[in-house]
Amino acid sequence: MSTAALARPARQVPAPKLTLTQPLALAGYLGICGLLGWFALSRVVVAGDWPSALWPIAAGIVCNASCGILGCYLVLRRMSLLGDAISHAVLPGLVLGYMVSGSLTSPWIFVGALVLGIATSMLAQSVSSLGRVSEDASLGVVFTSLFALGVILVGLFPGADLDTDCVLNGDIAVASVDLRSVGGWLVPRPLVALVPVLGIVLLFVALLWKELKIVSFDPALAAAMGFRVMLLHYLLMGMVSLVTVASFESVGSILVVAVLIVPAAAAAQITERLSWMMAWAAAIGATSAVFAYWLAQIFDTHLAGATAVVAGVQFTAAVFLSPQRGLISRWLRNQALAVRIAAEDVVGRLYRAEERGQATGVGSQETGVSGIVGWLANWRLFHREWVARDRAGGLRLTASGRDAARQLVRAHRLWESYLDTHFDLPRDHLHEAAERMEHYLDPQLADELAAELAGRAVDPHGKEIPAAP
Amino acid sequence: MIDGLLQTARENYNLLVVLAGASLLGIGAGIIGAFAVLRKRALTGDALSHAALPGLCIAFLILRERNLIALLLGALASGVIGIAIISALGRWTRVKSDAAIGTVLTVFFGLGMMLLGIIQHLPGVGSRAGLNSFIFGKTAGMTQGDVYVILAAAVVCLGLIVVFYKEFQLVSFDAEFAGSLGWPVYGVDLLLMSLVAAAVVIGLPSVGVILVSALLIMPGAAARFWTDRLSTLLIVAGGCGFAMGFAGTLLSAADIPKIAERVFGASGREFALLKAFANLPTGPIIVLTGTAIFAASMLFGWRRGAIARLLAHLRFQRQWNERQLLQTIFDELESATPRRTVTRAALLARRAWTGAQLARMLAAARADGLIADEGGEISLTPPGAKAALEIARGQRLWQVFLTEYPELAASVVNLVSASVAEFVPAATLAELREKLQAAGRWPREEALA
Repeated sequence: MSTAALARPARQVPAPKLTLTQPLALAGYLGICGLLGWFALSRVVVAGDWPSALWPIAAGIVCNASCGILGCYLVLRRMSLLGDAISHAVLPGLVLGYMVSGSLTSPWIFVGALVLGIATSMLAQSVSSLGRVSEDASLGVVFTSLFALGVILVGLFPGADLDTDCVLNGDIAVASVDLRSVGGWLVPRPLVALVPVLGIVLLFVALLWKELKIVSFDPALAAAMGFRVMLLHYLLMGMVSLVTVASFESVGSILVVAVLIVPAAAAAQITERLSWMMAWAAAIGATSAVFAYWLAQIFDTHLAGATAVVAGVQFTAAVFLSPQRGLISRWLRNQALAVRIAAEDVVGRLYRAEERGQATGVGSQETGVSGIVGWLANWRLFHREWVARDRAGGLRLTASGRDAARQLVRAHRLWESYLDTHFDLPRDHLHEAAERMEHYLDPQLADELAAELAGRAVDPHGKEIPAAP
Repeated sequence: MIDGLLQTARENYNLLVVLAGASLLGIGAGIIGAFAVLRKRALTGDALSHAALPGLCIAFLILRERNLIALLLGALASGVIGIAIISALGRWTRVKSDAAIGTVLTVFFGLGMMLLGIIQHLPGVGSRAGLNSFIFGKTAGMTQGDVYVILAAAVVCLGLIVVFYKEFQLVSFDAEFAGSLGWPVYGVDLLLMSLVAAAVVIGLPSVGVILVSALLIMPGAAARFWTDRLSTLLIVAGGCGFAMGFAGTLLSAADIPKIAERVFGASGREFALLKAFANLPTGPIIVLTGTAIFAASMLFGWRRGAIARLLAHLRFQRQWNERQLLQTIFDELESATPRRTVTRAALLARRAWTGAQLARMLAAARADGLIADEGGEISLTPPGAKAALEIARGQRLWQVFLTEYPELAASVVNLVSASVAEFVPAATLAELREKLQAAGRWPREEALA
């Protein structure tokens, strides 16, 4: 940033308020899901069988949480499909690592996957620039090739615990029986890899928090500020390969991407702050693991598919119910706005009728809007005591209604005058713009407009601009 | 050997029919996919095929039998629903398109896997449902009836492309222009997407839900390395698709090792790899065939392939060096007019070339017959003199143009073109030339004679 920009008094950006809304919402969601999950699990798990149920669930929670956290960067950087491609493409690396070492937890598998994950993103880039095809086409070529190679390798050299079914679904239930001793504790094999990987993911995010954040939201600015954007990109892709391999046994190679993207996409609907988005993504991933186990048990089917389905259900819920962006909440806000505008329009018309000397201007169809919105607007008019009925059944303004109406008409005429002064608009085009704007100009802004138009008493149509009430 | 082949063909009529079906599917998918790649909808096929799995399973759950047409109709229905959800998310929510595709693709596929698990555990029907073959594809399970369905659908798709060729051509290169001309862009897009959907669904049995998108993307992407003309591109893409379908099906056919043994008369270990392939699903083999074709195109494609690019680069570098050399020789000759030859030292004094660079350039120019070198005295041959004069004039015109009209330099079309005469009006050109002549800097033939 240049010093000149710093020297100029910056416009005050309000510091983010420390509210309890987000933590409370998240805690509430986790609490409800925990209770429901406990209830659901208690229906499908036989009393003495809890360990064999809890270990896979624990592995799923750890796996989904680390995937969800990393997935936030993929979703924010609009690279979900690169994540999809990498998670498919690491398969041959995994198989080769397995062939070298003979074990699904050896470091060789992680090495193979890291190499292939980073190679995928590099190849996809070079193919698209060499062949002048779009990025997604080159991605499609690269990852299907590598995945096909992996499937063939699995088919040609099947191992003891690596076969096609395992590639598709993982086999957490089998793997969880295989207990390993870690410092005296008996821990199932998948967790031996998953817990350190979660630690690495958290460390990665914490250490590179600022850098990753700026690269995610504004890569051009990051490059201009001297961050090594490509290095960060490949680091991130390396991390994606790492969690993909670690999650391999829990969800299989194909559906890893479900827990990478879906929780993060859902979280992006709920909040706009990166830290809370990650927390929500981790939470959604974790709850997916719990309910997926229940779903897989009652239908006697694959855990990996069920995980994707539960994550999808939560995504759908977020799309509809999210307080800020949800379809339902946005629809409700629009309806509330429609009610307010309908009510304000009525008092505006009554005020203009009074100006013309008519006592009552509006008949029985007061709002001019039918249905529930009209009914609610009507209710709002009487509830706020803006209007009252006279003996003849017509409407007239009360004192508070007149104040509200004056505010509105003042905004309308000020806006018309402002447009007339500063824009070269024909007279007959002013009204419609002002008719919309009158509902959004608050008193303070109206005063600023009045000061700007100092001394102007009438609007372009010759009507008096009322004084502020 | 021919007799052996004919004999085998008679005995393996079913294999031949399957091969024909897969090849035709490859051609159709290659051509449709080429349009999808040009229209930047490459991954739509991927989303569609993954989203098709639950529909396939639901169709089976309803019918409880493996009726290919019903299964594919179910697949088509859920694939289209998936695409519709993706576009609805883009239209009404703030979910970004990549996240929308990724979410729908994985959730639908997960649902499909769940249903597949349920079907496998159904008493009686589960084990013989064979729906697993839809994940990675297996042509061996196809009956002749299935192949005829594929054949008919492929023919209809190709026919539609032929009929609407002009519309597809315009929309895939400049949709906005097409729209402004009043073409029904939305309708053409919809038709293209339906064709993509049809190709995906027809490809499902042989390539499988996960990899069928490769059959659409790879031929079109590979063909881009060979040509810039749409008609050629489509033919190349169709050919690549054909090779993918044919080779992949052949390699993974269960009878192939036996047939190879009979035809080539050998037996035992020679065909071990073929035997190993025969147990594999068809989809990955088709895709890897495509990978090989794609890699070869990337290397050898004569329009954009790596080798073609390298050659073009070398050619340009050689021309550039030659121009620099001739111009320097001209400048040197002009400054010492009565002389007809220049020395290496004089040339090196004018440029920041190393001796080795100059020697290489001189050798190249001599090979082209532009200069003569008699014991270190370098002279221009008649064609060399003609070229040098032209180059020198072009360069001087550039110089004076850039000093007279520096403000135009940024808007000038092509700063690397040899002469300003290409984009400067004749009057301006004459004016520039007069300026040079007045300053005595206009390259004259006498300097060389």
